[in-house]
Amino acid sequence: MTDTVKETTLDDDATDSAGLGRGAGYVPTFGDSPVGTDVWQRVPYDVDDYGPVSDFAVDFDHAVPEYNSNAPQVWKELREGGCPVAHSDRYGGMWVPVTHDTVHEVAYDTEHFTSRAVIVAVGRPGDLAMPAPIGIAPPITSDPPFHSMARRLLLPAFAPKKIEPWEPEIQLLCRKLLDEIGDVRPGETVIDAAVQYAQNIPVNVIGRMLGFPAQDEALFRKFVHDVIERITEEPGTRDGLEDLGIYINAQIQDHRENPRDDLTNYLLNVEIEGNPVSDDVVGGMIILLLIAGIDTTWSAIGSSIWHLAQHPEDRQRLLDDPEVMTFALEEFLRAYAPVTMARMVAKDNDFHGCPMKKDDWVLLPFPAANRDPKHFEDPDRFIVDRQVNRHAAFGLGIHRCLGSNLARLELKVAVQEFITRFPAFELAGDVRWSVGQIRGPRELPLRILEVAG
Amino acid sequence: MQVHLDAGLCQGHNRCYALAPELFDVDDLGQAVLLVDGEVPDELRDKARLAAANCPEFAITITES
Repeated sequence: MTDTVKETTLDDDATDSAGLGRGAGYVPTFGDSPVGTDVWQRVPYDVDDYGPVSDFAVDFDHAVPEYNSNAPQVWKELREGGCPVAHSDRYGGMWVPVTHDTVHEVAYDTEHFTSRAVIVAVGRPGDLAMPAPIGIAPPITSDPPFHSMARRLLLPAFAPKKIEPWEPEIQLLCRKLLDEIGDVRPGETVIDAAVQYAQNIPVNVIGRMLGFPAQDEALFRKFVHDVIERITEEPGTRDGLEDLGIYINAQIQDHRENPRDDLTNYLLNVEIEGNPVSDDVVGGMIILLLIAGIDTTWSAIGSSIWHLAQHPEDRQRLLDDPEVMTFALEEFLRAYAPVTMARMVAKDNDFHGCPMKKDDWVLLPFPAANRDPKHFEDPDRFIVDRQVNRHAAFGLGIHRCLGSNLARLELKVAVQEFITRFPAFELAGDVRWSVGQIRGPRELPLRILEVAG
Repeated sequence: MQVHLDAGLCQGHNRCYALAPELFDVDDLGQAVLLVDGEVPDELRDKARLAAANCPEFAITITES
């Protein structure tokens, strides 16, 4: 029983000029829209009806605080308890594969599982949302055959050789952020490495690539918070989502009036099979780049520094033998992969005995796949120079993270610069973890024990 | 030893290019391109094995002769 209310302000008659989306009057919306629209349908789930989770096998919820602070243990207990696929009635029905094989299988099966919604929430896309196979934020919300068309537009901008030249820029940014921390007295000063450092790095880089004003960085983080963390809140209360559509439209307008050499202008001029791409598709792609490129990498940087605060031996190894970073980087990504994706069931199917129904959610916890003992030796141990590491931190199959080369570069430089400036540090209080599908520290208090001279 | 790349399975994770740039390049879309044709030179065998063992999509295989 979904509650669909007719929208009154959006243009119902908007036409689809290039077969690629709605007309220019359509405001792209990512997340819940205000009451009175059917961009999003409310699912029959009220968080107040449910308490804390006592058994993740039958009542899985990734938005309870005891999940992200303890996720590796949750996955391990599910696997060891003989539950490769967990279930929950929350969010209107959700399945959660936790083994590498089952995660891999769902990721590869685009026939039974659609990407038209990739963030589990109390709303799912309604009649007014951009339909499959395009979805709200292509190509992450797209299915074949449109997916590869949209993806090919973005791939060149994020290919390894296009990303490598950003390294000195990212170094400068990291050093500037470390400078801005100010005077640090070794053994006394406590900093928040998530707030003062990690959260500022990816937002700055993607904002510059898109050509958006640097002073809007805090606004982008609010968008991300509203879209990704406030998933159990009622439609209409997450104002950042509506603002995001308006903001992106204003940026598109500004770039059209004042063209410059950036990713936004590139996207405004691309074509698919000889047709121009509609503003909502371009807007959706920008929303994807903005949202996907911020809290994900910020989480990976934070988790990696959190690990190093507790493992001085790994910190020392990285300082003594910088070459080991090639392997350490992948081990950070494996052990602390921040991103769990999601799918919706496209048609009823029996998945290893699980009766999956159309429109059920499926969480895709790539971080759980990364700790499956069937595929990784000693998976819960961080091995700084692990040689064989076929991790799935950037996903598997056709939706491999488009920004993986940028994310990897940001993570590498951020960790290198941090330990070069602060060769020794320890935890100085409780870590506050994010809520929902992107897992990482949102507050990370560290006592700095040594400052490089 | 021979190394094989299944371009249809490659999703551009870029692990092979990072671990074994003597054997793999990447194109403008970030997709892997195999640089050797036939036998892998002796000194690159370990790197070939490493690339195969780290590909998340199982797109690289090795045939030991």
